[in-house]
Amino acid sequence: MEPFTTHTGRMVPLRYSNVDTDQIIPAVYLKRVTRTGFADGLFSAWRSQPDFVLDRPQHAGATVLVAGPDFGTGSSREHAVWALQDHGFRVVVAPRFGDIFRGNAHKGGLLTVEAEQEVVESLWELAESDPGAELTVDLEACELRVGERTVPFTVDGHTRWRLLEGLDDISLTLGHADAVAAYEAGRHPWLPRTVEVPG
Amino acid sequence: MPRTLAQKVWDEHVVRSAEGEPDLLYIDLHLVHEVTSPQAFDGLRLAGRRVRRPDLTIATEDHNVPTDLLGGPIADPVSREQVETLRKNCAEFGVPLHRMGAEQQGIVHVIGPQLGLTQPGLTIVCGDSHTSTHGAFGALAWGIGTSQVEHVLASQTLAQEPFKTMGITVDGPLPEGVTAKDVALAVIARIGTGGGRGHVLEYRGEAVRSLTMEGRMTLCNMSIEAGARAGMVAPDATTYAYLQGRPHAPAGRLWDDAVAHWESLRTDEGATFDREVRLDSASLAPFVTWGTNPAQGAPLTGSVPRPSEIEDPVDRQAAERALAYMDLAPGTALRDVAVDTVFVGSCTNGRIEDLRAAAGVLGGRRVSDRVRMLVVPGSMAVKAQAEAEGLDRVFTEAGAEWRSAGCSMCLGMNPDQLGRGERSASTSNRNFEGRQGPGGRTHLVSPAVAAATAVSGRLAAPTDLEG
Repeated sequence: MEPFTTHTGRMVPLRYSNVDTDQIIPAVYLKRVTRTGFADGLFSAWRSQPDFVLDRPQHAGATVLVAGPDFGTGSSREHAVWALQDHGFRVVVAPRFGDIFRGNAHKGGLLTVEAEQEVVESLWELAESDPGAELTVDLEACELRVGERTVPFTVDGHTRWRLLEGLDDISLTLGHADAVAAYEAGRHPWLPRTVEVPG
Repeated sequence: MPRTLAQKVWDEHVVRSAEGEPDLLYIDLHLVHEVTSPQAFDGLRLAGRRVRRPDLTIATEDHNVPTDLLGGPIADPVSREQVETLRKNCAEFGVPLHRMGAEQQGIVHVIGPQLGLTQPGLTIVCGDSHTSTHGAFGALAWGIGTSQVEHVLASQTLAQEPFKTMGITVDGPLPEGVTAKDVALAVIARIGTGGGRGHVLEYRGEAVRSLTMEGRMTLCNMSIEAGARAGMVAPDATTYAYLQGRPHAPAGRLWDDAVAHWESLRTDEGATFDREVRLDSASLAPFVTWGTNPAQGAPLTGSVPRPSEIEDPVDRQAAERALAYMDLAPGTALRDVAVDTVFVGSCTNGRIEDLRAAAGVLGGRRVSDRVRMLVVPGSMAVKAQAEAEGLDRVFTEAGAEWRSAGCSMCLGMNPDQLGRGERSASTSNRNFEGRQGPGGRTHLVSPAVAAATAVSGRLAAPTDLEG
């Protein structure tokens, strides 16, 4: 995973709450067996309507998505993260995120930032009135900076460290193989196995 | 120190705990399907890794499979490639697979319990958000993304942030005609789609205890629609009676040992939840959604809300958008809403008791001429059982379509989809925009309400058909 330290980019104001992962990428796009190439599915139902915010020319090339509360609820599909990244987003700012989406995002290096509704509203207004305005998302300092304003945000320490270092979770865990083996040796004898039916 | 059920299961699975790091948890059972696994298997191949415990892993084909024919190749080439990729991956990595049409094939959350693999006290994960279903047995079960699928395949563990707990108590007996699905929809309407965020829900109280295992599965299944990490019900005699004798359930002395352990899996007297919610069962009634998220629901006797009367500006705007999408006028009586499609099935309501409930309403009646009704069993075993009981004939004689097992119209990855502007009453779990097909509109209901709606052509409870 590519490390995430600080990112500065323009914003797309998505004034919707409860943006579930079916909206981010509909099921029909999940049939692929690759990890890339999902940008065409991003918000595809909404993008088929005229003047959807993502397609307004003034927001072309923006890299920060600013959305309403409960972004990424619903299905666990990590394709939602891949689609946002394939489109060019590096950060999503919203008052609340679905748990599974947030976890998936951080696995792949897409930063989710929780901000108060009031902050989100002010970012929406700024992005609409001045689409060229840039937001800086500083993961080292844990703050958003826009114009004269600085807004702190919180990310748990472990996630922050992994993102800053761009670490691969699986390698970290396989480093604890001895602990896993020790745990396995003490598991209850009645626990089910999928390939063997007890007699 | 007194602990909650969820905490006990967590504590028993900690492989490694370190200050400032999430606990590393052991995973007892990993369920795999074709949609969220191909990139995970690719990742293993790229890194030269193997599946650590294929014997704790099981795969099935469910999301893409057509339900109207068996044995033949899947017509959609992209769906076919995904299913064939799963077959290749399972063969290469030694993971047991239930293929389309096989005796035990079905929706991943239906076959785990059916095979007796889902047991109390287990940690269970799957690249699917409705993994919460398995919490009905007192297992800690949650949905994960594809990166985590790869992590579990490689290590049989997951690093997890700590959770909070929420006790949801439904006091008193359930009124006649109120089902687990109605309880689930009422809970979600109460706490909201983000209300369970970061929490494991434990369902308690007389109404929950009175539910069958299948009812408890329906309830836990919908926990994710309240944003919860998982949902659980403590195991009891109902749980043991369901499990005993199933293919992968322990037997003989091991059964006794297991039950002795399972008896300890309950929230201790004096343990505290981070949050508690209480519902009086007498206040519950058949429930239906009117909007585009599962929290936008109301009793069937109610009406479509007036957004102008909603105080919270975010909720008001969401309701306005939902009504525009659903093409519903504020104040419309829910019983006046006409549908053209009824879907009975899914990991929420595709089990034998769900089919019995629907057939019980349809028996001797006809599906309205204006309605197309699809009945899709959750697994091939459910299908066989229903056919042995003659339920398939009840459905077909009433004018419904009787299908093979799969996820089907719950998410329309296979050909079973709503057309643009079509409106369904559906026993599935999500009424999101376009969930059942682009431009389709979904009202979530219980199997009994689905069947009554199919007969009347408008949202209806079984009691509405009498007299």
